[in-house]
Amino acid sequence: MSRTSRMFLGFVVGFVAGAVLLTVMRALVGLSPLAAIPALSAGFTPFFNALAPLLSAGLLLGAVGLMLGLDPALGLARGLVGMAIGFVLGILLTHFVRLGLGLGWDAESAWVGGASLAPIGFLLGVGALSDWLKWTRGMHTPEQHGPPAGRPAWTRYFGFDQNHKVIGVQYTVTGILIMGVGGTLAMIFRTELAAVGRQFLSPDAFNTYISLHGIIMIASILLGIGGLANYLVPLMLGASDMAFPRLNGFAFWLTVPSAILIIMAIFFGGWDTGWTGYAPLSVRGPIGINFFMIGMFYFGFSSILGSLNLIVTTLKMRAPGMNLFRMPIFVWAILSTSLIQLTATQFIGLSFLMVVLERNLQMGFFNPAEGGNVILFQHLFWFYSHPAVYIFILPGLGIISELLPVFSRKPLFGYKWIALSSMAIALMGFLVWGHHMFAAGIEDALRVPFMYSTMLVAVPTGVKFFSWLGTVWRGKLFFPTPMLFVLAAIAVFLIGGLTGPPLATISTDLHLHDSYFVVGHFHATMFGGFVFPFFAALYFWFPKITGRMYNERLGQIHWALQTVGFYTMSLTMARAGLLGMRRRIVDYDPALGVEGMQLIVTIAGYIIFLGVLIGVYNLWISAKRGQVAAINPWGSRSPEWQIPSPIPEHNYAEPFEVVGDPYDYGLPGSVYVNMSPSRGAAASTPAH
Amino acid sequence: MKHFINVILLVLALTALLLFLTDPPAWMPLAASAEAGPVDWLFGLHMDVIIFLYVLVNGVLLYAVVAFRRKPGDTGDGAYFHSNTRLEILWTVLPLAVVLYFSYLGLGVLRQTTAAAADELEVIVTARQWSWSFEYPDYGIAAGELNLPAGRKAHLVLRAEDVIHSFWVPEFRLKQDTVPGQEKYLRITPTEVGAYKVRCAELCGTGHAAMLAPVNVLPPAEFDIWVQKRLGTYVEPEGGAGEGPGEEDIVALGQQLAQANGCIACHSLDGSKLVGPSWKGVFGRTEALEDGSSITADEAYLRTAIIDPGSQIVAGFANLMPANYGDTLLPSEIDAIIAYLKTLE
Repeated sequence: MSRTSRMFLGFVVGFVAGAVLLTVMRALVGLSPLAAIPALSAGFTPFFNALAPLLSAGLLLGAVGLMLGLDPALGLARGLVGMAIGFVLGILLTHFVRLGLGLGWDAESAWVGGASLAPIGFLLGVGALSDWLKWTRGMHTPEQHGPPAGRPAWTRYFGFDQNHKVIGVQYTVTGILIMGVGGTLAMIFRTELAAVGRQFLSPDAFNTYISLHGIIMIASILLGIGGLANYLVPLMLGASDMAFPRLNGFAFWLTVPSAILIIMAIFFGGWDTGWTGYAPLSVRGPIGINFFMIGMFYFGFSSILGSLNLIVTTLKMRAPGMNLFRMPIFVWAILSTSLIQLTATQFIGLSFLMVVLERNLQMGFFNPAEGGNVILFQHLFWFYSHPAVYIFILPGLGIISELLPVFSRKPLFGYKWIALSSMAIALMGFLVWGHHMFAAGIEDALRVPFMYSTMLVAVPTGVKFFSWLGTVWRGKLFFPTPMLFVLAAIAVFLIGGLTGPPLATISTDLHLHDSYFVVGHFHATMFGGFVFPFFAALYFWFPKITGRMYNERLGQIHWALQTVGFYTMSLTMARAGLLGMRRRIVDYDPALGVEGMQLIVTIAGYIIFLGVLIGVYNLWISAKRGQVAAINPWGSRSPEWQIPSPIPEHNYAEPFEVVGDPYDYGLPGSVYVNMSPSRGAAASTPAH
Repeated sequence: MKHFINVILLVLALTALLLFLTDPPAWMPLAASAEAGPVDWLFGLHMDVIIFLYVLVNGVLLYAVVAFRRKPGDTGDGAYFHSNTRLEILWTVLPLAVVLYFSYLGLGVLRQTTAAAADELEVIVTARQWSWSFEYPDYGIAAGELNLPAGRKAHLVLRAEDVIHSFWVPEFRLKQDTVPGQEKYLRITPTEVGAYKVRCAELCGTGHAAMLAPVNVLPPAEFDIWVQKRLGTYVEPEGGAGEGPGEEDIVALGQQLAQANGCIACHSLDGSKLVGPSWKGVFGRTEALEDGSSITADEAYLRTAIIDPGSQIVAGFANLMPANYGDTLLPSEIDAIIAYLKTLE
C-alpha cells in the first residue's frame, strides 16, 4: 500500500473511531448521545450544533490516523498514542482512588484525572524524557545532531529534536496551524453575528467558540514567539544552539498535548467563560472548562521553561565582543519578554489550578459561602495576563525595530532608548493589572494609582514610535513584502496604542469596559504588535530558512487584504462599542443601530482570513518551488545573513567576533561582525 | 530643513481637517445622565489628542514613504545619524506630562461622577442568571424594570445571586459589575426622560446576550404615580378613563413584561430548546414532570410555574428559574403574562 493510501485509510479509521468514541464519552457524562442529532430538515441550527463536536472529534483522531499512516515510527504518532494511554491510566487511577475513599464513579473527576496525566503520556511517547530517564540509570547520552539515523531528513520535524532551528520551525508551523483553527472559529461566529437575530449557533456553542478563539489565538501567539525566538536568538548571538537543547525540545513538545487538551473542551460541553475564565462562572460551567484550564496550565509550564532557556542563552552565550548594547534589538525584546514569562506565568497557572481544585475537590477559594472571594481570581489572573499582553507584543515590536533599519538603509534611531523601553514596558507591565478591574468594584482609592501606572506605559511605547519615525527619516526606503508588513504593523499598532488611554482613564473606561471598543483595541494591539510583525519576519527570514524566495506578488496581495481588512475591522468594532455594543454576545439589540457595522466587521474578517490563507499558501508553495535565494538578499549586516542558506546544522563554521554596532548602515567601512576572526582580518571599528 | 517644514505642514493640515470633520463630536450615543456630561467631555478631549497623534505618526511615515523612497538603481545607504539625546528626552518628557495631565483630569471626572448627594433614591439591583430585579426600600416595592425620576440622584446597590454580572446603561455612561457575596454601588443622576435598557456587560453564561431589562427615566410626577400603582394606592383622578384595559392591551402588556423580566432569555418563542421549556404552544400542552407525573399547562399550572418555579419542574430541565417573580410582579401582571402565553400557538 502506498504512503498516500495508508494516510487516507488512517484518517478514515481515525475519524470513525473519534466519532464513536465521542458518542460513548458523551453518554458517560450524561450528555445526549448520537440519537440527539436531528435531521437536517429540522433546520440547520440544531443540526450544525449537534454535529460540530462530532466532526471535531473525528478530525482530531483522523489526524492521529493520518500520522500513523504516514509513519508509525514518527515521534508525533508515538506521542499521540502515549497521550491516549496516559488519558486512560489517569481515568482509572482517579476512579480507583475514589473507590478507595468509598466514592463511586464521577465523570468530571475521571476526565480531569485523564487530562492531567495525558500530557505526561505524550511526552514519554514522543521521547522528550528519554535522555533524562537514561541519565537516572547512569547512561551517557550524547547531544543529538542531524536527522535521526537512517531516516529521511523531514522526519526530524515530527519528532523530538534538539536543534534550535528545527524547534523554531516546529513552533512556527504549530503556531500557524493553531492560528488556522482559531481563525476558522472566528469565521464561524462572525457569520453568526453578521445580522440581528440568531442564525445558526446556539448561545452555548457561541460562547464555546469565542472562548476557544481567544485562548487558541493566545496559544498561537506564544508558539509564534517561541518559533522566532528559538530560531533567531542563537543565530544572532553567534551560538551554535540554545543553552539547554533537551529542555528546549521538551518545552516545545509540552505545547502539543496542551493545545489538544484545550481543543478537546469542545467535546465536553465546551465552556462559557471566555478565555478569561472568571470565577464563579468557571466554577459552575460545563466540564469542558477543566480541559481548557489544565491545557493552559501545561502550556504555561512550557512558556516558563522556554523563557528560562532564552534568558540563559542570551546572558551566557553571546559571541566575543557582543556586549549587551551591541545585541540585535530583537534579542533585547526577547530578553524582556522572557523575563515576564519566567516570573508571571505561574500566576495564571495558579488561578486556573485553583478553579480546577474548587470544582473537583470542593476547595472554596472563590466561593463567598465558604469564605472565598470572587475578586481574588481576577487579581491572580490579571497579574499574569496583563504582563502577558506585553509578552505578545514586545517581540513583534522588536521585529519592527530589527527590520526597519535594513529597509531604510539607516541606523536604528535611539538604539539604547528602544532597548531600555522594552525593559521599561516589561517592568511597568507588572504594576497595571488593576486596570482590568476598574468596573469590578475594587477599592475606589485603589483605582487611581492603577490609572496613573497604566497611563505611564504610554511613555516608553511612544518612545518606540518616535524612534521608528527617526529611523525612516532621510533613509533610502525600499518596499519588498517584509517592509510592507512592518509599515502596516506600525499603522495598526498605532490604533491599538492610541485607543489605550481612554481605557486607562477610569471615568471613560466605565463606559468602554467590556464593549466592542475594547475588542477593537485589543485586536489592534495583537495584530499590530504580533500578527503583522510575525508575517514580516516570516517573509524576511524565509530565504534564509528555506534557501528559496517567496512570491513577491502573492506577498503583496496578502499584505493588501490583511491591512485593509484589519483597519476596517478594528475601527468599526471600536465605533460599535461606543454605541453600546457589548462584547461576547451571540445576538444584539437592533435598537443600538450597529447591524450594518456588524456586517462590515464580518466581511472584513473574511478578507483578513483570505489574506492569511494566501500568505500561508505563498510560504508553502515557495518553500518547494520558489527561486533559489541569494545569501543576503536584503543587504543585512546581521551575522545570520553572512552564512549559506539554508543554515548548516551548527550555524557558524567558526565563532564570529563582534567589532561594530549592529545597525550602522551608511557609515563607510563599518561592519558589525568579523565572520572569520582566526584569519586576523578584523575590520576596525570607526569611531563615531 | 525643507522636509521638516513639509511634514509639519502636512501634519497640521491633516489634523485640522480631521478635527473639522469630527466637529461637533458624535462619538457617543444619547447622553441621559448628568454623569455623561463630564465623561463625554473627557472622551472628546482624548479623541482630539488621539487624532493629532494618529496624524503625526502616520503623516511622518507617509511622507517618508513618498519622499525618502530609494530611486531605481540606487544601492547606497541613507543619511548616517543614529540618535539625538535632546529629541529623545523631549519625546519622553512631553508625553509623560500629557498622560499625567490626563490622569489628573480623569481623577477629577471620577470624583464628579461618584459624588454622593443628600436626597438620593436608593434602589437595590439584583442580577441573576439571566434577569434583573429592582427593589425600592424607601417605598417597599419591587419590579422587573428600573424606573427612575428625572433629576434625582439614584444610589444603586448592586447584588448578584450566582455569578458576576455587570450593570451598564450605555446612555448613562457608567458601568459596575455585580459581584456574588459583595455589595457594589453606582450613582446615577438621570436627566433625559426616555426608555433605555440595562445590558449585562459581563459574560455570565448561556443567556448573557438576552440579559436586558427596561430602564425608564420618568418625570417626577409620573414616577410618583408609578410608585402608587405598585403599592395599589393609586386613585384615578376624577373624569379619567374609567374603563379597564381591553383584552388586546392585556396581551400586549404580557408580551412587554415577558421581554422586560428576562423570560425570553430562557424560554424560546420558536420552539427551540433553551434553558427552559419553549413557550411555543405552551398553553394546554401536556408536559411530563421531573417526578414522573404529567400535567396539562393550564392557567393554574402556569401561575404556579411563575410564582414557585421549583415545585413542578418539566422533565429534562434544571431548576434554574428565579423564585422571586411573586415579589416583583403584580398579580395583574402575572395575569397579563398568562394571557400572552395563551396566544403563543
